[in-house]
Amino acid sequence: MSASVHVVEVNKSFTVGKTKVEALKSISFTVEKGELFGLIGPDGAGKTTLFRILTTLLLPDSGTATVDGLDVVASHKEIRKRVGYMPGRFSLYQDLTVAENLSFFATLFNTSLAENYDLVKTIYQQIEPFENRKAGALSGGMKQKLALSCALIHRPTVLFLDEPTTGVDAVSRKEFWELLRELQGAGITIIVSTPYMDEAGLCDRVALMQEGRIMEINPPKEITRGFKKPLWSVRSSNMYQLMMDLRALESVETCYPFGQYHHVVFKEDVQEQDKAKAAMSGIGLSDLEVTRIDATIEDCFMELMRQ
Amino acid sequence: MTTALAISVESLTKRFGNFTAVDAVTFSVRRGEIFGFLGANGAGKTTAMRMLCGLSFPTSGRALVAGYDLFTESEKIKKNIGYMSQKFSLYEDLTIVENIRFYGGIYGLTDEEIKSKTARMLQHLHLEDQAKTLTRALPLGWKQKISFSVAMLHQPQIVFLDEPTGGVDPVTRREFWTMIYQAAHSGTTVFVTTHYMDEAEYCDRLSIMVDGRIEALDSPGELKKQFGVRNMEEVFVRLARKAKRSEG
Repeated sequence: MSASVHVVEVNKSFTVGKTKVEALKSISFTVEKGELFGLIGPDGAGKTTLFRILTTLLLPDSGTATVDGLDVVASHKEIRKRVGYMPGRFSLYQDLTVAENLSFFATLFNTSLAENYDLVKTIYQQIEPFENRKAGALSGGMKQKLALSCALIHRPTVLFLDEPTTGVDAVSRKEFWELLRELQGAGITIIVSTPYMDEAGLCDRVALMQEGRIMEINPPKEITRGFKKPLWSVRSSNMYQLMMDLRALESVETCYPFGQYHHVVFKEDVQEQDKAKAAMSGIGLSDLEVTRIDATIEDCFMELMRQ
Repeated sequence: MTTALAISVESLTKRFGNFTAVDAVTFSVRRGEIFGFLGANGAGKTTAMRMLCGLSFPTSGRALVAGYDLFTESEKIKKNIGYMSQKFSLYEDLTIVENIRFYGGIYGLTDEEIKSKTARMLQHLHLEDQAKTLTRALPLGWKQKISFSVAMLHQPQIVFLDEPTGGVDPVTRREFWTMIYQAAHSGTTVFVTTHYMDEAEYCDRLSIMVDGRIEALDSPGELKKQFGVRNMEEVFVRLARKAKRSEG
């Protein structure tokens, strides 16, 4: 069996106060061995609930899931020996030192740092200078590296990372993804969740999640290729006025700010630049810069949200 | 210092023991400006922001915030600014209306003001039918919009937003920025941190902190020109990669 994770029709709901929240709505997907698979979606999409079910910390209401061919309910003890899990919230012992945390987790799994040093080396070397510091006194980036080292210490076959880059700056995020590629090279299957849409491009395949549902599963390039209508980027010296004007145009279907540009989709199928410019001729701004562009994952995500 | 400035900072420094978290930063923010405050994790952003809000006493330097001296009038500053923290700043076990009432009371609004502002806010956010919902049960994007509106309840001169859109869905994230634009348009100064580089482009001007110092400060357009790159992400990466300070 080449599937590392196999999920079929999983449902899960919670009760918050008097409100019933459906956290997962018939979720199905498969992750192949050695794949770097991304769950992309905002807070509340159901990513953490899904991780907790796959790491045997939570029971599904219905549906089935296997990890390494083992059922998450019937074989939960065996699964726990094999998977690595880095939760979104820092969950190591704050009053133990870096070295003590690592040795604690190694002992739980009947192994040692020395035995697996080659696997965690690149990551652990960055925190080794602080090995006698208490985990609670580390900065965010260092805590993250320690948590990853602890999740890897028993050579898991599947690694679950719940929003490892949330709140992390753009440079550290890049470095973290380079690390993940390296781990993938060591044969570990990685399932990683993120609310940053731009990180989707770094995965082999991604599932776009929103409010408990998977909206699409595909390699990132196929998702962006699937954006149906032509997409135009527009800018002028007054971007706020431009957005208001574009949104007021009858011919415009959507207009969203994207950094220094607005991304615009017309109701009609506008292919040529002249036509795009003509469609915007009602706008009072004279310095319009109009370019046809390829969709990003975020464009696709917002389009799927509208449906 | 003229009244056209909302924030004016000179050589502001904060040391913790031997560690200089914020190292003699000098900058100013104009009234009604959207000012982006960027930097890598550990660069000193949060410490600087806490000082400007009167929550952490500076070691040295000079600063005026909302027209008041940071060293002698921090209580007056607190009354004239709004603050929305990175972590959700409303009470999860209160309803939306109870949260508004609570913060209105803290900022000394009258019952009548609270009542009218509550009605207006719920209408503006299209949350009339959710007034009595526990805050805990709301999606993050809604919470952040309410949190922002609550930080603006007492019509502060300046509003400080610490990573307000982290984890928020892409549509709501853009709606949130529309709210920021509206606030700035009506004269409120917005001081905002973010890790989304597309959001950096929405700021009128921004600063990038590296190792406790401000290494760059200008409009997004000028910064891109200065570094000869196409977007703010590249500007940020160039500067942040220079950081020498160990994050530990």
